[in-house]
Amino acid sequence: MITFMNNSDSEEEPCNERTSLMSAESPPVPSYQDGLQASAAGEAQAHRKRRTGSSRSPNNTVDGETSDSDVPVRESTLENEEEEQILKYGAKHVIMLFVPVTLCMIVVVATIKSVRFYTEKNGQLIYTPFSEDTPSVGQRLLNSVLNTIIMISVIVVMTVFLVLLYKYRCYKFIHGWLILSSLMLLFMFTYIYLGEVLKTYNVAMDYPTLFLVIWNFGAVGMICIHWKGPLQLQQAYLIMISALMALVFIKYLPEWSAWVILGAISIYDLIAVLCPKGPLRMLVETAQERNEPIFPALIYSSAMVWTVGMAKPDAAARGASQQTWDAAEDGRENHRSPSHADSHMSETRSPGQTRPITSLEELGEEERGVKLGLGDFIFYSVLVGKAAATASGDWNTTLACFVAILIGLCLTLLLLAVFKKALPALPISITFGLIFYFSTDNLVRPFMDTLASHQLYI
Amino acid sequence: MGAAACLGCAAIAFGPALALVLLTVAGEPLRVIVLVAGAFFWLVSLLLASLIWFISVHLSDREDAKLQQSLLILGAAISVLLQEAFRFAYFKLLKKADEGMAMISEDGRSPISLRQMAYVSGLAFGIISGGFSVINILADSTGPGIVGIHGDSPYFFITSAFLTMALVLLHTFWGVIFFDACERHRYWCLGVVVASHLLTSGLTFLNPWYVASLVPIFIITFCTGLWAFITAGGSFHNVLKCLSCKGGGAGQGWGHHWGVSDPFEV
Repeated sequence: MITFMNNSDSEEEPCNERTSLMSAESPPVPSYQDGLQASAAGEAQAHRKRRTGSSRSPNNTVDGETSDSDVPVRESTLENEEEEQILKYGAKHVIMLFVPVTLCMIVVVATIKSVRFYTEKNGQLIYTPFSEDTPSVGQRLLNSVLNTIIMISVIVVMTVFLVLLYKYRCYKFIHGWLILSSLMLLFMFTYIYLGEVLKTYNVAMDYPTLFLVIWNFGAVGMICIHWKGPLQLQQAYLIMISALMALVFIKYLPEWSAWVILGAISIYDLIAVLCPKGPLRMLVETAQERNEPIFPALIYSSAMVWTVGMAKPDAAARGASQQTWDAAEDGRENHRSPSHADSHMSETRSPGQTRPITSLEELGEEERGVKLGLGDFIFYSVLVGKAAATASGDWNTTLACFVAILIGLCLTLLLLAVFKKALPALPISITFGLIFYFSTDNLVRPFMDTLASHQLYI
Repeated sequence: MGAAACLGCAAIAFGPALALVLLTVAGEPLRVIVLVAGAFFWLVSLLLASLIWFISVHLSDREDAKLQQSLLILGAAISVLLQEAFRFAYFKLLKKADEGMAMISEDGRSPISLRQMAYVSGLAFGIISGGFSVINILADSTGPGIVGIHGDSPYFFITSAFLTMALVLLHTFWGVIFFDACERHRYWCLGVVVASHLLTSGLTFLNPWYVASLVPIFIITFCTGLWAFITAGGSFHNVLKCLSCKGGGAGQGWGHHWGVSDPFEV
């Protein structure tokens, strides 16, 4: 649901993100609505009715079902149709998240398997000060638990700090913080990554070319993430920065600490998103109350949010193939470009103006998406990357963790469709991932190795 | 051997599977979900089988080679039986999901038929089973080395690739036949599927003697393929019809035939 970036002074550890999963639902106001629920096609009468019906209760995150209680009986068949649409669009949203998560994991695993730099031990972050080089198992376990406690406390403090800043509307501070973190990711980490890849493949590159490449990459990235850009380019950049962050974690977290941190952070995610006083839940609720999207630099969105009341009724949504997403702070500054000209961004409304719905027919078919926080991408990739790095060169473990994470994501999205409120995306996937990692590494690997050495197939 | 061997063997092993996925599964979100869930079920069955094998190995004498060999054979047999058991469990789950989707849909039919789910689940089992069997071999084939330098067969990589391809296709066919047999309560069909899986696995025990293992396995694959085709409602007439309506898209014709000729739809 929420990701936050932790900017520190240390060169090594800039960002610390964690998130969970959120359906792109916000309290429906006439000019702005999104959500998995509203992803059904807009022709049905009941669709319109349900939308206006649910707009009665702006904060219906919890009581999403009760707003339908006074719907007349004859709409039950239309409800069925909506459920079918939810099912169809729900499956589509699952795939819309499978693809980026898979891409991120592929990038991380490919890098881990080919570039030696990210599997070499070269020191640790300041957040995990205890070393794991001790000979005794008990001491090592204790050190990893202590590392985890320190890391999780840092994350908790930073999350609470971010939520306080958001609550007291210190937007400039938050944006400055986010911009600094993404600057560091897009420039410094990309430079290091590119340097290591070039070293691995023994490709010579001169500094002017390198400067040009990194400058362009970083500048376009900053623009796409923090301002406006084609949706797919923005998604690609978000995937890349998640992969870079995951690689940093894989390199600098010691082995046992990494597993304990993964476990602890999914528990923290569960608490922070579901408990009434959890910081992430408060962040989501505040954002929904104010009807603003959460900072675009922290969330991956699979589709754009449409606004109604556009200047040109004929340009109303008819399918959302190419969209641009204005990632500015005011949520009402959503712009759309026609599907043919994705390089143009047409500003149809001045910022800050809210226009009521002139006609609901303008909505047409809306493409609602699901949002997944970048921290989820990062920690999924950390799990799979660690499996690829440390599982004795075995690909079976990597495959098993990959399938486990995808199934966890699928189950989480199923729960999201059922509960229709922000949910933590880490717990189920990380639990499955951890179970499959340890069991595949210790049980399945010897079995499959023995079978493969005799060329036996089961 | 290098990247050429790796790429070539990967193409042999996963070419048909990749083509099937790209043509029939990748476009439909529900089928992709069924695919991933099927892979998950297979993984759980493998986990249980490995657990049993691991415990038996640790409780036994490590030095005795014959005992270890027979434990391996037993482990493989248990793994096959568990895979089929989990295929049955997946059938139950998909049947329930099918009924649920039919209930909430507006015209009483679920968006994906049980036959399509049978095919996709078989493909899922095949891909993950083939993947687990061959991916380490593919990774090793990129590295430096000479195959069979200690007197083993030099055809290790290519025969592994062909075996994997046969296994992927076999799992797909078994999925179709299995679900159909469960649906129509023809339990002898189930028995034949399990027996043919055991037979295939057993044939791989003959392995450096590739004539005795590869040729029968491919014959079994072909026969099972024909049986699955007939089970799914195919016939020579259908093939001609499909080839003649090339303009409408052969892939769509295939899916269309599967959907239309489904006796499970009310």
